Amino acid sequence: MLQKITIAAALIGFAVSVTGGSAAAQVKVGAVLSASGPASFLGDPERKTLDMYVEDINSKGGINGQKLQLVIYDDGGDANAARTFATRLVEEDKIVAMVGGTTTGTTLAMIPVFEDAQVPFISLAGAVQIIEPVRKWVFKTPHTDRMACEKIFDDLKRRKLTTVALISGTDAFGKSMRDQCVAVAPKAGITIAHEESYGPGDSDMTPQLTKIKATAGIQAVVCAGFSQAPAIVTRNYRQLGIEYPLYQSHGVASKQFISLAGAAANGVRLPAAALLVASKLPESDRQKSVVVGYQTMFETKTGQPVSTFGGHAYDGLMILVDAAKRAGSFDSGKLRDEIERTHNYVGTGGVVNMSPSDHLGLDLSAFRLLEIKDGDWTMIPDSPS
Amino acid sequence: MDHDSGFPLVNSLVISSNGLAHQTGVPFDRRRAPAAMAEFLQFTFSGLTVGAVYALVAVGFTLIYNASDVVNFAQGEFVMLGGMVTVFLGYAGVPVPLAAVLAVLITTAVGLALYRLGIAPAREASAVTLIIITIGASIFLRGVAEIIFDKRFHSLPALFGSDPIRIGGASILPQTVVVLASALLIVCLLWAFIDRTLYGKAVIATSANRMAATLVGINTRTIVGACFAISAAIGAIAGVLVTPITLTSYNVGTLLALKGYAAVMLGGIGSAIGAVVGGVLLGLFEAFAAGYLSASYKDAVAFVVILAVLFAMPQGLFGKTTVERV
Repeated sequence: MLQKITIAAALIGFAVSVTGGSAAAQVKVGAVLSASGPASFLGDPERKTLDMYVEDINSKGGINGQKLQLVIYDDGGDANAARTFATRLVEEDKIVAMVGGTTTGTTLAMIPVFEDAQVPFISLAGAVQIIEPVRKWVFKTPHTDRMACEKIFDDLKRRKLTTVALISGTDAFGKSMRDQCVAVAPKAGITIAHEESYGPGDSDMTPQLTKIKATAGIQAVVCAGFSQAPAIVTRNYRQLGIEYPLYQSHGVASKQFISLAGAAANGVRLPAAALLVASKLPESDRQKSVVVGYQTMFETKTGQPVSTFGGHAYDGLMILVDAAKRAGSFDSGKLRDEIERTHNYVGTGGVVNMSPSDHLGLDLSAFRLLEIKDGDWTMIPDSPS
Repeated sequence: MDHDSGFPLVNSLVISSNGLAHQTGVPFDRRRAPAAMAEFLQFTFSGLTVGAVYALVAVGFTLIYNASDVVNFAQGEFVMLGGMVTVFLGYAGVPVPLAAVLAVLITTAVGLALYRLGIAPAREASAVTLIIITIGASIFLRGVAEIIFDKRFHSLPALFGSDPIRIGGASILPQTVVVLASALLIVCLLWAFIDRTLYGKAVIATSANRMAATLVGINTRTIVGACFAISAAIGAIAGVLVTPITLTSYNVGTLLALKGYAAVMLGGIGSAIGAVVGGVLLGLFEAFAAGYLSASYKDAVAFVVILAVLFAMPQGLFGKTTVERV
């Protein structure tokens, strides 16, 4: 692992030193991504997105007459490596801003570096801790797990279901979302009557679900997790013939979940970004042109289905580019102030309105509530009409 | 407005059906007993499901250990290859049954290559060195799979569909039965091979004393190589059969090998039937711990039970006491 990172770093360093000398008029934007390793399903589309859009921007003449140069390091999902690369970006590459930090772990490790160096840092990771408390130089683009909980609870209330059971993974994502759901439940008027957990590598969750089934008064089940385990939860749920509504998190908002869970996924509801249902959005939707544009670009260039994770990188880069245009320069301080003034930016994740007290700038309308029907997503309208 | 009036009606139905189903919460209520029985049965089925997977992985360890005293930590990667190769041949348009056969053949070739390129050149080295070589091989195979295939999870269709069989208020997947039956069948075949064929006798002889086996005319290299090939094939078959239950990706091998190895230690290393019993028991421990205690403690509980068994019976449940030859 270490060797792979070292070799990758050496290669990237070499590439940087080769291209760096000939292009004095370029502005360096940094990115530390988990393009390999366990979080690569997040980092890989992020890297491809940044690469293709920086190339696109440069082919159109760059920003403020200057071309962007992307300096990408692959941390392999390792927080220690991420911090080392962050220091290198600041001290050796002298970047003006950073778009990256694939996971919450790597982001939290890198925050002190960018705070000390006073370089704007737009993170692509999920947890709410990144922007709470607000840090002067740190921003992020993805929705938080707290928003996912609130969105699910909103829908539960709409269906007049107030007593739920929660089953969550013991990994960082599952734990964090579980904590957020438990924290916001009282305010939302939801009672979490029973809690269960599972290990991220587990292959059978029927014991936990059997206990949920045997708990009196449960009206719905919420599963907080990502990767393959929620698919197994869904299969086991149907195997046991549990009939309450099942909610999954935005962590499984990909076609892969549907293909893994198969017919069992029918009727599962989950919050997800508009990008996932780009072609199904009504023409009147503000995000329609942005998400369709990004989807078309990503799918034609890479030949892979679009994911919301790459969309977060797109939003991060575009928020930075817009801020640079407004600032008229690449001075780190001015960039930071303009990023904070981002207003009505329509991205793949939603409409962003940042402020000195909100470095995310998304509200609940950024999430769409989807139901899986016959192997595809269908949109649930936000308010019953 | 239609929606508004529709929701409360539907929900009140759900709630009342729940209420009926759960009026059995009072302890020792007459109706509580069948519910507790159904729960127990469901935990048992869960344990069998997980245990069947462990058992099938554990059986793969046995043969190589018997022939060469090596615990092959790349066994989990054989399981991964069986599943992943089948999945990707399927994507390439090969019918799944044919893809499964090809996957087993390819994995067998990988097992042979591991012996020829990794183990055979170092055959004078101690068992510990050889074990470390297998750990290296497992990391290598995982890395190659990450590049050749991808990093996503994949599934395969179950052999007899995914409609659960319902027994006494609990349910079990047909694929679990298939996995358990296959584990037993493989154990029977292994036993027949070891105990009833000349090649099997040669395996035992090689295991007992390699020098003496060579002196009586046994080609020990061929024997050990064949054991690697057969173990790889068993691993690949396990991979094809468990993928519909556990799903598969390039890195499932590590965890499967760890649990399979724990099952082997519990059952007694070197005993094929012990591997199956150990695997099923481990699965049952985990399921009951998750069901009656908490899912957070299930791995801990399982390992504590294993430790307790090993304190009482250091050779495992079915292991033979070995006498160290000086």
